[in-house]
Parts: sequence; structure tokens; C-alpha cells
Amino acid sequence: MRVRGRAMAVAAGLTVILTAAACGGSNGGTSADGTPTLTLYNAQHDFVKDIAAAFTKKTGIGVRIRSGADSELANQIVQEGKASPADVFVTENSPAMTLVDGKNLFSKVATGTLANVPDAYEPSDADWVGFAARSTVLAYDPKALKPGDLPASILDLAQPRWKGRIGIAPAGADFQAIVSAVLATRGEAATATWLAGLEANAKKYPGNGAVMKAVNAGEIEAGVIYHYYWYSDRAESGANSRNTELHYFSGGDPGAFLSISGAGVLRSSRHQDAAQQLVAFLTSPEAQKILAGASKEYPIANGATQQPDLRPLSQLQPPKVDPATLNGPKVVDLMQRAGLL
Amino acid sequence: MTLGTATRSTAPERGGGAAAPSPAARRVRRRYPPALLGVSVGVALLALIPLFFVAAYTVSVGWDTVVALLWRPRVGELLWNTTRLALACMVLSAVVGTAAAWLVERSDLPGRRIWNVLLVVPLAIPAFVNSYGWVSITPAVEGYGGALLIVTLSYYPLVYLPVAAALRGLDPALEETANALGHGRWRTFVRVVLPQLRPAMLGGALLVGLHLLAEFGALQMLRFPTFTTAIYDQFESSFNGPAANMVAGVLVLCCLLLLLGELRLRGRARYARLGAGSPRPATPSRLGVLGAPVLLAMAALVTLALVVPLGALGYWLVTGSSASFPVAELTSATLTSLGLAGAAALVTTVLALPVAWLCVRHPGPVGTVVERATYFGNALPGIVVALALVTIAIRYTPPLYQTVPLLVLAYAILFLPRAMVSVRSALAQVPPVLDDVAQALGTGPAATMWRVTLPLIARGLGAGAALVFLAGVTELTATLLLSPTGTHTLATEFWAGTSSISYAGAAPYAALMVLISAPATYLLTREARTAP
Repeated sequence: MRVRGRAMAVAAGLTVILTAAACGGSNGGTSADGTPTLTLYNAQHDFVKDIAAAFTKKTGIGVRIRSGADSELANQIVQEGKASPADVFVTENSPAMTLVDGKNLFSKVATGTLANVPDAYEPSDADWVGFAARSTVLAYDPKALKPGDLPASILDLAQPRWKGRIGIAPAGADFQAIVSAVLATRGEAATATWLAGLEANAKKYPGNGAVMKAVNAGEIEAGVIYHYYWYSDRAESGANSRNTELHYFSGGDPGAFLSISGAGVLRSSRHQDAAQQLVAFLTSPEAQKILAGASKEYPIANGATQQPDLRPLSQLQPPKVDPATLNGPKVVDLMQRAGLL
Repeated sequence: MTLGTATRSTAPERGGGAAAPSPAARRVRRRYPPALLGVSVGVALLALIPLFFVAAYTVSVGWDTVVALLWRPRVGELLWNTTRLALACMVLSAVVGTAAAWLVERSDLPGRRIWNVLLVVPLAIPAFVNSYGWVSITPAVEGYGGALLIVTLSYYPLVYLPVAAALRGLDPALEETANALGHGRWRTFVRVVLPQLRPAMLGGALLVGLHLLAEFGALQMLRFPTFTTAIYDQFESSFNGPAANMVAGVLVLCCLLLLLGELRLRGRARYARLGAGSPRPATPSRLGVLGAPVLLAMAALVTLALVVPLGALGYWLVTGSSASFPVAELTSATLTSLGLAGAAALVTTVLALPVAWLCVRHPGPVGTVVERATYFGNALPGIVVALALVTIAIRYTPPLYQTVPLLVLAYAILFLPRAMVSVRSALAQVPPVLDDVAQALGTGPAATMWRVTLPLIARGLGAGAALVFLAGVTELTATLLLSPTGTHTLATEFWAGTSSISYAGAAPYAALMVLISAPATYLLTREARTAP
């Protein structure tokens, strides 16, 4: 038994060493030769890792990535305040950027970077910059819904006739961004009524992928998602989208909302130059090309080319919304009151 | 059993039958050694950090907000879901676990040693991997029925293990005496065996309940919302927002109810025996005509708990040949998981020892309160513990923020109960009179601890450490929040894969989790297999 005790002690010692080896060295912000290593809080998909790798290859500046969801990381940065280890923050949707911006935690984006992107994809205060976009769509089952049955506006989904037939992913930042567009264009009272209708009508899923899968399996007739989930699945095997089609809302309806993925430099970052370089790189032709190759989201920098299978960005009819006005916390509050969260 | 009754009435705080101590000795034991008390209270306070945080937060947001956030239909729905799942799973696990343990330990079921291993192996399959296996085969398991099935299959070993151990430690002479006094086999089981199994059964069921209150991954995957999955949803939309902390407060109350309930049911009886005696192996009960159906039932249990999830995993591993095996990432995630879970096992077991000691050797209100305090962490989801530590670290100990020590501390808070249950029951079976004898023979307290007590409870310590290790390997939410940036464990990588429904991409991480959980599970079953 003593022998076993000693063996256990040795094993424990080993594990501690292993831990140190596996996780060590993550607190330094600067390598031996003076090149900084940036900490990137990334709420976007994995293609950002490819872009970061290309950035490191080009500049020698290392990038450590912390992954999470939009609102989660945004609120985390707010709690961390001045002590935040993050140098750069990248999101899927705008409300999370607005949340951090509202606490005055961003540095101004370099003017050269802003020039890379059309004004429509920047907030009015230019504290952060858009680098990708995704369009709201309704994925539907063409066997259950004929073109004439499709709703003209996303607000119609709150009507009683849709009860039990539709799906949403209310806990995710994606759907919450769409709600923020409804809020920005239609006001609080209309949004609250709409959410109450959705709570009664919609089945709730953990994410856009799950919503699409449910439509594909015939569990529901239609679901609100972003376009790229559908295109990515079609490009891979179509296993989860084969039986579905996409319906684009039009005429500036909030259902046609184009959500902007943003990038910004934290004011508290000790590596302002390097951080600005990374944000500039995200809007560069090189990074936009990686984005367009690895993802079905829209690259939005000037001169970037989208994948040919996507509906052209110029044909979309999104509502005109200043990304800086999209209010995440208010949306969460409304959704809690409606019982969706 | 008259012995036990007499013990209860004459010396409720000691027990131990014939070894009833002199009043002087009792007085000495009642005086708590200050060092032991200090350390134990320190551990308890550490474990209570998240609770303090939730309470302070609740006070700070004000009554109106609390009412607005709690008094809404969504919270009622979550309460109903959480309660019906936890209670049903505790009852099912207790029945399945106890029945299986009795069959393996006390019946003539063919292949008992193999069954013993097969029944414990589900411990090595994390609940969320089990869910993943099922849900990737059929979405029909989503919802209440499927959730109950899958969590029961994952958690019944928590009852099976302690009950089997108690049955092994139970001298068959008790049963033979009951038989000789005219009790039939069933009456003997109900009146003699079952009461002896009560601490193990209730302790196991309590663990199941606490696990369930905190279970996130499995239930999220099965789309069955409980308080814990709702807290995660709240967290994703607001990080450390008021709603998340209010729901966590309700969860704490549920945990409190469970702890009090178990305490009440367990009663005050003590179960130490004086002297090990020389128990013979029990004569196996003959199953007779029931043999075939029982064998079938056991096979069905093992099929559902093992074959289905492992089969699905194997399928995705093979099918996922398109999804490459990223060797570097897999290796680094494995090493990180091993290191973190190993450190957590060590730290947690060390922390559990003084508390268990206090509560077993100095029974009384103080010991009970301190011991129970350590259980709260386990009922709080990892995310609540992590959020509390994040906030505290940012405010008071910035250098610790996003470091390994803080993460290991979170693991320790979360998993103390697992170590406690094993260490406590091991200590309870060591009669304190052995210490007295050693000391009377001139051995100092430290040497007594080292040479007498520790060897006797080594297996309990090992079992506790193994349980913590298993939990550490699969921990998800606290790891996501607290780990140093750039740290990836098998669990976080697996979760990232399943979240984007790439079952094949997640499969290698799941397989490695099962693989590195296997040795700890082996350790837990070894005792059983070497027993007579």
C-alpha cells in the first residue's frame, strides 16, 4: 500500500509538471526579440484562426486566441475593464461591439483601415470596423410551404397561423442581432409584441445549425437563420439542408437584416500598433480572400470578391441601420420578459 | 440490529457498539483540535465562495429586480424540468444501482466479475459523450424521456459503486443471524441488509442529484432545458448578468433541499465495526428460474449504457475519415486534460481529508456544517463557480486571472464532494480505537496518521482522487471561462465540434476522453475484482 502511495505521489508530481508544460508561458505579452504576442478575443468562426495564422506569417506577430460567443466575450471585456488581457475583439454581430463601445473601451480604428471598407459597414462613431457580413434568411421546407405561403415580413411569424410551425435559436447572438434590427427599425412596443408571438409560435433550438437541421428533417416548416449555414452545408454534403430552400425578405424588412461582424482594438491594449495592424489585416484583400475561401459569409471590404454561388451582396435589400445603434442588453431584457431566455 | 438501536439511544454521537468510550475520552474528542478545525473551516469557506458571490449579487441587484427575474413562467418551467429530472433519475439510479450491486455481490449470476467491470465502465464515458452517441443516432432522445434515460445510464454507477463496496464490507454473519432467527431471504434483505446499505445508497443518490443539478453538456445536447442550461444561455447573452445569478440562486436552494433531505434520511446511526473480524465470502443467493430474465436485463442495461454510445463513437471515428486527425492538436489537448485533471485530483483529495476527518472523528454540529458546506460547489454549475472566480480575480487578484491555479481551484470547489464521499466513508470504516491503541503504545499523532490511518484509507483516497480526475477530464464550462487563453482541453474541443454538429470532427476528442478516463475507472473497479 505504501508503494502504491509513492507511485501516486510520483504520478501527481508528473501531472503538475505536465500541466505547467502544456499551459505555461501564456502570460507573457512579448517574446524575447521584442515582437509582441496579441491576445484576440474571438467570437467569430474558425476561419479567423486561418487569418490570424496568415497575419503571424506575414508580420511575425503572434496571436493567441480566446474563443467564445458574442455577448459573452463582450460582457467579459466590460467586466475586465482596464485589466482586460484582450488586445483585439472580433465578433459575429454588431451588438456585442456596440456593448463594448458603449463603455468607451475601444481605441479609434486607424483611418487607413476605415478606408478599406464601405461606410455602410462601419458604425457612425468609427470606433470599430466591419470585416464580414451575413444575411438573415428564412430556411423553409418547400414540400410544406409553397412560394405563396411564405411570409412577406419577418414580423408575420408572430401571427397565430405559424404556431408550432417555425423554429428559432433565441439564446444565440445571431438571433439576438436580428431582434436588435427589429428594435432599431420598429421600436420597443412592436418588438415586444413580436417576441411574445414568437414565444408562442416557435420551437427553440440551440443554434442556427440545429434550426436548419430541424427544417430539413421536417420537424418544422421554416426557421430563421443566417444564409451561410445553408450554403456551407450545401457545399459540404447537403446532409442537413437537402430538403430546404432559402427565402430572402426584401424591401428593407428587418427580416432582410444584414448583420455586420466587427473588429476593434481595445483601449487597454499595451500593443496598440500591433493590434491596429491585425485589424487592418482583417480588412485587407489577403484576409478577405481567406474569409471568402473558408467561409460562406460575405467579405465586405472594397474590391473583395464573394463566392459565386451566394446571392450577390448588391441584390440584397437590407434595412438601413446604423450598427452603432444596435442595442444588445435591451434585446436580452425584452427577450427575458417574453420568456424566450 | 438491536445492537444498532442500543447504540443510537445510548451514545448517539459516537456509535461503535461495544467500544462506547468512557465519558473522559468522549470529552477529549469533543474538543476540536484547533489546527484541524481551522483547516477544515478554511476549505469550507473556499467551497462557499461561489455561494457568497451569488448571495451578494442577489442583495446588490435589489428586491424588485429579483422578483421580476424570478417570478416569470420561464423560471417555473425550468423548476419543473429540473425537479422531475433530478428526482426521477435519483430514484431510478438507486434502484438500478442497488439491484445490480446485489446481483453482482450476493447472487449466483454467471460472470459476476465481468459484470462488475461492465457496470462501472459507463463512468469512463462522460454524460455528454453518451448524449452525443445517442443523439447522433436518433433525435428521438431529445426531451424529457430521452434525457432521463441517458442521465440515468450515465449516473447509476455512482450508486452501484458505493453499494457494492458496502455489500462487500458487510459481514454475512448478520444475514445468517437474521436467517437463523427465522427471517426469509427477502425479509432479511429489507430489514437487515438494506438498512446497512442506506448510507451508501443515499450518498450515491445524493451524488446523482447533485450531478444532475449541475449537468450542462448532456442536457444542452438533448435540448432539455434545466436551470443549468438556462444559466448558460443567460451567460452567453450577458456574461455575468443578473438573470444568470438569480437562476443560480434558485439552484443553490435546490441543492440545500437535497442536502438536508439526505441528512434527514441518513439518520444518526454509525456503521463502524469493532475489529475487522474474519468475514467469509457470502454464500451467493440462487436466482433459480429468475436467472435468465435477470441475465437479459443486465445485458440490456450494458447495451444501453455502453454499446450504444461506444458504437456511435466508433461509427463516427470510421466515417469521419474525411475529417482529418489533427495529431498535434489532439496530443496537446490530451496532455492539457491529463495535467489539469491530475492536478485537480491531487488538490481536491488533499482538501477533502481534513474535512472528512473532522466530520467522522469529531461528529457533531460543527463537523456536519463544515462537511455539508463543501457540497455546494457540486450543485452549482461550473459556469456559476467560474463566473464568481472570474469576478473575484479581476477585482482582487488580477495576477491569478486566467491562470492554471485559479482553474484548479475551481475544479477543487466543484469536485470536493466526490472526494469527500469516498474519503469520509473510508474513514468511517476505520474504528477510532485503532488510533487510541497506537497512541497508547507510544506512537505520536503524526506517526499514527501516517502508519495506521492513512494505509487503512488509502483505497478511499485513491477512489476519491479517481472520481475527481474523471470529473476533471470532462469539465467544460469552468474550463472555457477560466483557462489561460490558448489552452484547449479534450472537453472544450469536443464541445466546439458538437456545437457545429460536426459529429465526426468531435469523435477523436471524445474517444481520447474515454481512453484517459479508463485507468481511473480501472482503479475504481480493481478493489472489487481482487476481493474474494
